[in-house]
Amino acid sequence: MTRKGLQARKEQRAAYLFLSPWLIGLIGLWLIPIIASLLLSFSEYDIITPPQWLGLDNYRELFDDRTFWVSIRVTLKYMVLSVPLYIITGLLLSMVLNLKIRGINMFRTLFFLPAVLSGVAVAVLWVALLNPDVGAINEALRAVGIDDPPRWLDSPRWAVPSVVLVGLWGIGGGAIIYLSGLQNISAQLYEAVELDGAGPFQRFRYVTLPMLTPTLLFVLLTSLIDAFQVFDLAYVLSRGGTQGIGDSLTFYLINLWDEAFQNGRYGYASAMAWMLVLGAAAVILVIFKTSGRWVYYEYDPERER
Amino acid sequence: MRTLDEPASLERDEPVATPGSPGGRYRARRLAFKVTIYALLIAVCGFILLPVGWMLTAALKPDLEPVFTPTPEWFPTRWWEWKNFRRVLTENMPFLRYMINTMIIVTANIFGVLISCALVGFAFARLRFRGSKVLFYILIVTMLIPWQALIIPQFLFFVKVGWYGTYLPLIVPSFFGTAFFIFLIRQYMRTIPKDLDDAARVDGLNYWQIFWRIILPLSTPVLTVCAVFTFLASWNNLLGPLIYLDDSDRFTVAIGLANLVTRADTPWNLTMAANLAAILPSVLLYFFLQKKLIGGIASVGLKG
Repeated sequence: MTRKGLQARKEQRAAYLFLSPWLIGLIGLWLIPIIASLLLSFSEYDIITPPQWLGLDNYRELFDDRTFWVSIRVTLKYMVLSVPLYIITGLLLSMVLNLKIRGINMFRTLFFLPAVLSGVAVAVLWVALLNPDVGAINEALRAVGIDDPPRWLDSPRWAVPSVVLVGLWGIGGGAIIYLSGLQNISAQLYEAVELDGAGPFQRFRYVTLPMLTPTLLFVLLTSLIDAFQVFDLAYVLSRGGTQGIGDSLTFYLINLWDEAFQNGRYGYASAMAWMLVLGAAAVILVIFKTSGRWVYYEYDPERER
Repeated sequence: MRTLDEPASLERDEPVATPGSPGGRYRARRLAFKVTIYALLIAVCGFILLPVGWMLTAALKPDLEPVFTPTPEWFPTRWWEWKNFRRVLTENMPFLRYMINTMIIVTANIFGVLISCALVGFAFARLRFRGSKVLFYILIVTMLIPWQALIIPQFLFFVKVGWYGTYLPLIVPSFFGTAFFIFLIRQYMRTIPKDLDDAARVDGLNYWQIFWRIILPLSTPVLTVCAVFTFLASWNNLLGPLIYLDDSDRFTVAIGLANLVTRADTPWNLTMAANLAAILPSVLLYFFLQKKLIGGIASVGLKG
């Protein structure tokens, strides 16, 4: 008994040694910065003069800050346009890639390729392709009879849709996740509904879709959070247009970066960061609360215990 | 969607209908389905490959040849100025320097992530200790909190300790574990049979030896996935270098590329050559490791 206790103590000591890099990081790079960030958000700080306590002034200023509201509008517009589009096209693409037909591995390899490229490289390429006067996209559109193609990054109206289009190029990355979800669906389920005489649409409706809901939940959450965090694409694309499009690509994170690292308003930018955290937390919470209604778990580890 | 005007050669690929399959109508429908699917796949391929082809065409053009043509040139046919690549790498632009700089950061990050995350993942997966549940919940929570809340205080801290302008702020944090990779490694290590540890302990191995000699070698698939993800994340990182680096001799590839478009008035042929050179390492890595990568992601599984 004491021997066993000794063994357990040894194991515990070993465990904390193994954990120590992360525990140090948790305190030094996570906990302390979070507290500091919260305190900063109630202060004015420019790194040179000592911080001044402001109370809620930063948050009050945010509510009257036009650029702040613009950045929220831009981010929400992107979210509304991109999230459903990416989820549906990613799902369709992965279902095609899941078919067992000749050459499918080659197509898979190719489709996932843009997902490994950096946002900057992709943006640099698309700035050229989307040039409204001479770019390849509009030349191609004119060639098929569209005389007045969109002005893409030069037009306040088309700027956000342009970012969505460029993001669509990397859709394969999302399709990998669906694909692993699809491949985890047991073939027996399909055999069972086929015995009941189900056609392809019923197979999708009664097997594929319910079995894929956990994957859909994951993709929905990550794509919503990603939408809050658009930076690289917007940073390059907003500076790549030939005419000024004002603030139509001022995404939330771009605005935050401007305030912190261009204007040196670290307190104000921290308040913006906290508004982002609250917004993201609200979205995550709403989705988790409602997910019980539509997410189907084949196996519930909680219930098993 | 196109259905019938597909090249007839596809028919050769059709498997011969198994004897007893229900008749010609069924076969015709299957054929129509296959043709539609291939048409769709080829269309998506075009959407992905044509821009890359255009980029290569533009990169290979001489300076006086216009990059933008009334009929877009999707593939290089006439111009083969391979020396454009030498110009962006060393002569006109320092992209080789940028790539070496980025490689230094990437290598250090991979090393840091693998060593720290494997240690922590091992503890979570295979050791019993008080507070393991609470700490695991904390790990999950740290994944959900957006990192934007942390960058400003971290930046101020790194400035205060005098690391601004160096690679240290981009390297050191990776040695303290990354929640997502710890999670992946833990999931993987849990699938290794526990008997191995017990047998090893009977043989007198201590926990470090069990980790180093038994569990770590068995975890190479998940470690490969983590290494590749780390490579991509830090090769592609723009925000970090943008915040911390000010000396152009120390710039990374991502900053160099962004500056081509946002600052200097760079000729398009050189911009595209630089862009191609910058994505080449990621593309090569992807082609060499794609089987392991896709398999690795699938094996980790996302069952909610």
